[in-house]
Order: sequence, then C-alpha cells, then structure tokens
Amino acid sequence: MAKTITIDGVNIPYEEGQTIIEAATTAGIYIPHLCHHPEFTPHGSCKLCTVKVNGRNCSACTFPAMEGQEVINNAKDLNDDRQKITQMLFVEGNHFCPSCEKTGNCQLQAVAYHLNMLDDHFPLFYQHREMDASHADILIDHNRCIFCTLCVRASHAHDGKDVFAISGRGINKHLIVNSESGLLKDTNMAATDKAAHICPTGAILIKHTAYQVPIGERLYDHQQIDQVSLNTELVDHDK
Amino acid sequence: MQVFIQDLIEKNRYHATDLLAVLRAIQAQYYHIPKAAIEQVAATLNITRTQIIGVIEFYSFLHLSPRGQYDLLISDSITDQMLGKQDLVVQIEQTLNVKLGELRSDGLISFDNTSCTGLCDQGPAGLINGYALPHLTPAKIDIIAELIKQKISVSAWPIELFAVKDNILKAGLLLNEPILQGEALHAAFKRGLKETLKELDISGLRGRGGAGFKTATKWQFCAEEITDERIVVCNADEGEPGTFKDRVLLNSYAHQVFEGMTLCAAIIGAQQGFLYLRGEYLHLYEKLNDVLAERRLAGLLGNNIIETNFSFDITICLGAGAYICGEESALIESLEGKMGIPRNRPPYPVTHGYLGKPTVVNNVETYLAATKIAVNGGEWFASIGTEKSKGTKILSICGDCAQPGIYEVAFGTTVQNILDDCGAKDVLGIQIGGPSGTFIANTEFARKIAFEDLATGGSFIIFNNTRNILDIVNNFTHFFAHESCGFCTPCRVGTSLLKNQLDKIVNGHGSAGDVVALEELCQLVKTQSHCGLGQTAANPILSTLERYPELYQAQLKKISYEPGFDLDAALETARRMANRNDAAAHLTQVEE
Repeated sequence: MAKTITIDGVNIPYEEGQTIIEAATTAGIYIPHLCHHPEFTPHGSCKLCTVKVNGRNCSACTFPAMEGQEVINNAKDLNDDRQKITQMLFVEGNHFCPSCEKTGNCQLQAVAYHLNMLDDHFPLFYQHREMDASHADILIDHNRCIFCTLCVRASHAHDGKDVFAISGRGINKHLIVNSESGLLKDTNMAATDKAAHICPTGAILIKHTAYQVPIGERLYDHQQIDQVSLNTELVDHDK
Repeated sequence: MQVFIQDLIEKNRYHATDLLAVLRAIQAQYYHIPKAAIEQVAATLNITRTQIIGVIEFYSFLHLSPRGQYDLLISDSITDQMLGKQDLVVQIEQTLNVKLGELRSDGLISFDNTSCTGLCDQGPAGLINGYALPHLTPAKIDIIAELIKQKISVSAWPIELFAVKDNILKAGLLLNEPILQGEALHAAFKRGLKETLKELDISGLRGRGGAGFKTATKWQFCAEEITDERIVVCNADEGEPGTFKDRVLLNSYAHQVFEGMTLCAAIIGAQQGFLYLRGEYLHLYEKLNDVLAERRLAGLLGNNIIETNFSFDITICLGAGAYICGEESALIESLEGKMGIPRNRPPYPVTHGYLGKPTVVNNVETYLAATKIAVNGGEWFASIGTEKSKGTKILSICGDCAQPGIYEVAFGTTVQNILDDCGAKDVLGIQIGGPSGTFIANTEFARKIAFEDLATGGSFIIFNNTRNILDIVNNFTHFFAHESCGFCTPCRVGTSLLKNQLDKIVNGHGSAGDVVALEELCQLVKTQSHCGLGQTAANPILSTLERYPELYQAQLKKISYEPGFDLDAALETARRMANRNDAAAHLTQVEE
C-alpha cells in the first residue's frame, strides 16, 4: 500500500524522498509558491508555500513528506499570511505592473491575484535599484528582483555557467553577475540559457520580444496561477 | 599585492573553505578587498568571484571600498549607549575630524557603529582594526586620537587600552575549581566512553546557547550516523547583545573548553574540530592558538591522545561580523567559506553538517560543563537546578547595577536573588536572553532562570527607572534589521518594516491604527520567518507591548490617520522651482 499524508483532510499518496509540495502537485493540489521550481534544488526562501505540518509551520518545498503527516494548506490564516508576504515583495522592490512588459506573464502578479491582494498594505521602500541593459539580448531590471535565486540555480545547475549570485545582507540584498565589470554583457550568458527564461517576475527579460504576445492573450490573462502551475509543473515532475 | 595573496594562501595551505580567513587577511593589509584581489583569490581557490563578493558584502568587517588605516568602530549596543556612547561619538567626531559612518578624506581613519562587542560589563567599548577597546572614556579617546595623529601602529599602542577584564563575581559548580588538564579525558577513557555518555545523559545537561537541546541526545544522534568522518564545532559566535560569558570562558577556561570538545570527539568518533570565534574576539585568537599548541605538546590533542589510538585536532576560525552566524547551520555555512545563511532543516547538522558530515555544534559553556560531568559524574551535576533544568547557568550581567560581570547561578534562582547579588536598585525591568529573549517588568522578579520559565543564553540586561523602554526596544529592533541575513521574505522585509513602523511611532508620527499594524506585523515575522533570528526579532516589541501598552499609545497622535511621508517637505522642490515661500505654498499634513 502506498504511503500517504493528508492535505486539508484529503489522503494523498507520496513517494519516499518527495517533498510536501511535490506530493501535492502530483495529487493535483496547488500550494502557492514563487522560489520553488520542480527542476531545481528547493530554496525555501520566499515562504509563500508555508503549510502547517502537524501544527508546525514548514516550507512545503523543502520539507519531506513523511507517513502520518497532517498538512494544512488552504486555510484562511495561512492565505492571509501568504498575501502579506506577497505584499512585502511588492513594497520591497519597485513593481509597476501596468508599465511592466511582463504583466500577464508574471508569477508575482499572478500569485497576488490568486491571493486576492488588492493593495500594497505596507509602506513602500522606494529603493533605488539599477538596470543593466548592457547585454545585446537580455535585460536585467533590478527593481523587480525578488531574490528567489531561480536564475542563480538555473545558471548553475542547467546552464553550467554560474552567471548569477545574490549578494549583500538583509534589506540590502541584491543580484550580482559574474563578470569583472559587474555587467551582464561581459558574462557568457546567452538568450537561449535557461536562466534567461526562468525569472518569475520581470527582472530578467529577453529584449525585442516584449509585446509579441499582446496584453489580454497572456498566460495568466485567462487562467489562474494554480491551474497553470499544476499543468506545467506536473509535466516537469514526470520528466 | 599579488605576492602577498599568493604567499598568504600557499603558506597557510588555504582552501576554498578558508575564504573568510583569506579575506580577513587581505582586509587587514589593504583596508578593503580590492577588485584585483577578488580576481586573484577566485582563480587561486577556484571559486567564483560572485561567491567572494557575496561574502564580502555579507560580513560587516569586510569591505569592497577602502576603510581607514585606522578603522575605529564603536558599539551601538543599548548598554554602551547607557554608558555614554553618544558623548564619545561627538568627541571622536570633533577630535579626529571624522563623521560617524564615514572615511576621512585623507584615508587615515574611518569611524562607524558596530553591533555589541561582548564588552557590555566594561563599556562603552569599541574596536580598532578589529581589536577590542574596553571601557572607553573621554581621556582614553584623547589618547587614541593622539596615537592616530602620530600614526603609531596599533600594535605599538599602550596595552592598557586593550586590557579586557574577566569580572567573575560569582562562581558555582562550573567556575569553582577548574579541572586539571586532561582530567576529563582520563576519567572518560577510564570509565569507558559509552558509560561517560551515559553520565552526560544522567546529568540532564542541555545546550547552553539558549535552545536547550539535550546534549547527550545530540552526541548520541551524531555517533549513530554511519560514517567515518564526524565534526565537532564549538559555537563561540557570542553575538547576542548583552552576552559576554563565552569571552571570559575562552580567556580563563580555554583548556577546559577544548577538553570538552575533545571529549565530545572521543565519544562520537570525530577527528576534526573547529572553534568558531566571533570576529569581535580577535584579541583572544593568538592566546587560544597558544593553548591549542600547549595541548598538542601535552598529548591532549593531535595523534594518539593520552596514549590511546584516538586522534583529534582543533582549528580556530574567525567570524567577520555577522550575528546570524550564531545560528548553528549559518555558522557551518560560514565555516565552509560562505555567507552565513541558515540552512533548510531537515537535514539537521547532526546528520549533515560541515561539508555534509555529521556534526555536533555546541556552545562554549556546554563543552565546559561536559568536562566537569566527565570528572564528577552525572548525579553530581543533576543534584543542582530544577527538574527540567539541571545544573547552573553562567550569566553575563550588565546594565544598571553596581557590579556588572559574570555570575554563575543554579537553575531555579529567582531574578530577585540575582538582582540582590549584583546590587541592582530601582529596577524598571530586565531584558533576559538578550533582544531575542524576553523583557520582564519589575512585578515579575519572583520568576526563575530556567528553560521552563526564563530561558537565557546568558544575557541579562538591567534597566533602572531612568530608562525609556521605547528607546530600548528601538535599539533592539534596529539591531535585528541590521543583522537579518535577508534569505527569507518575512525576515528580510519584515525586520526593516518593523524598524520603520516603530520609528514612526517613537518619533511621534503614529496614529490610531499604527500600533495595531505594528502588532500584526510582529506576528507575521514571528510565525513565518525561516530561522530563530526572524522568529525572535519581534520579541522586544511584543514583550513590551504586552506589558506597557500605554507607553505605545501615549506616542500616538490623536488623529485617525497620518501619512507615512511628510507632505510639506515633499513640496519643497516645487516651492523652490516656483520661487515661492508664502503661506499658500505650504500644506498642513492632516487637520488635527
């Protein structure tokens, strides 16, 4: 008999070595997340995927599924906290959705809609962040970086390049690139790299492609992030 | 510089894991880490330049831009402030012509704040080029200013400036009668290592860093891992403001601490040990290395310890200014030459620690206690204390009392007893366990020091009735925002939001909803953060809000809403451009 955990009272099978989020995705249950990606080592930093495991808060993306766990995922208090954490990400950077070319394809925006976020709630930081447009094909807009490290992980594990890293401490954290000049143009990054396409926000963009898909026909314009996420990430798990 | 770095790395046989040591040496030599040095270190140690930049920007004592030839830091901890730190800042700024937070234009001196230096019983304290300057006075500042003006090398400064005192004022079970060198090891091997672990179990010893995990269980778990390599780490990253007992233990009981680590290694089967010494305790570094050398000569470290087939050695690694490295998995990351970011758990360090090897991390005091238990047995230790907290606790007492210093008290001792011992009068409240602990009011002095009541890693800061609670809370809240590693969203953003929100209230810009918003934010940061730093960062606010809600309310304006920005100030540019300054060009914030 397969081993099981329960999520919100529903019995879910899992395989030894799976994390809670992996077991949930396989079973068709969406747990909100931003820094998690099924292809890469879990990071556990955005904290959107926090669930209660036998009464204790745990990151579903890093916590292993174990026999007998009672997991609470879709509960009001958890979703309220997830909404506030998303608001934190919005006020920390400078996110102007209407003028951002990622709008409609942005996971941060989509998760905010999913969590029914209607305002920023917290005072904005208005941090001064630079842009790096030096690369011929790729743009970095630091205003939108949420430090999920997906580009760091993709560049390291998939592209074998180590183009990116997160530097600094606390609220001064920032994305840096691996070149003597500190500019993206002087790295060996290519537009075909996984790292160039994995950013959940509009911090790393491919140039000259901005409006090829018109607003209104974008990924999250007609589907909620939970559905998109389950469809795409289940495929990834099966690979 | 190229030769310097090449020699440094070759002579010390440094690897990628020694990155902090390499960067510390470069910082000391060139007052920053020049770009060329980053390139050379990256190539030599075969690591990415981004890892090096990350580390430099993570640790407070490493810098990408030059500091002064004399880098003077002054502790901004609350106890230093209470002892007159601010006046000294003014004096330093005037006599040395340098502003706090700046590098003087000639590059000779830089001056800045630093987090608690672990000299709270002899503050205000500072650091010059990393070396501790206890008990700063106006007269001493004049001397220091003169030494700097004459460009006298710090190594030639009068030793009195660096004389750090132990101030052991009450000794108990642990501090009375130190054991003889090797006594615990001989006792353990004679009794049998398994039997000694049993004694440790009987003693009921729990980790002295604050979390209180049972020591024998931790050692047992690590020993049970199937591996041929285990690691023993001593956590001497004593960064909790108000704590300084580990400094004293390492200054006067170092043999016993190292013996405790060796004992642990013998029991769990480890060959390699590390003492992670906080950067602020640089003044102890050489002395501790001498103790290690002595122990090797005496056959208490190295190969075939006390003529058994057990071999073990210890390396001292210096931190570089990061409170978070007191968290055990962040400490391990730091030992590996990385930024001190707490790991995801599970796996725990006992199974996957340093370089993935099973690792025991214990506090300095825990190892000290273990040696005495090995000598005297578990019952001896367990006969003192309470049911859940056996033995004694070494407290670092500072703040408003006649005799600040080290006090060893039995678990179960009441706060009132301790206050009587150290001569504290007219007490307003006490911060127990440091900023991450609890603030107790003067109605709670019957409470006891124990894991089940008031747990503490050792910090015990006393405030008398002349002190302002909101100033204290503000200092602690700024501390956490400064020390947050920034890994997880709730702590990275949350501690800074807490700081800004509390500033708003303290500075008199708060209105009706602001205390509620503050409390809400506290709960979020507490429940959602990744590690102990974030989970406790709101404690100063929460524990005082619970006890003194009226203090917060009194700060609020009697309006329902106050914008987060200064409307009139925001119009300044427009006024300048329009060349107007009449009454109509000004707007009041909100109708009161």
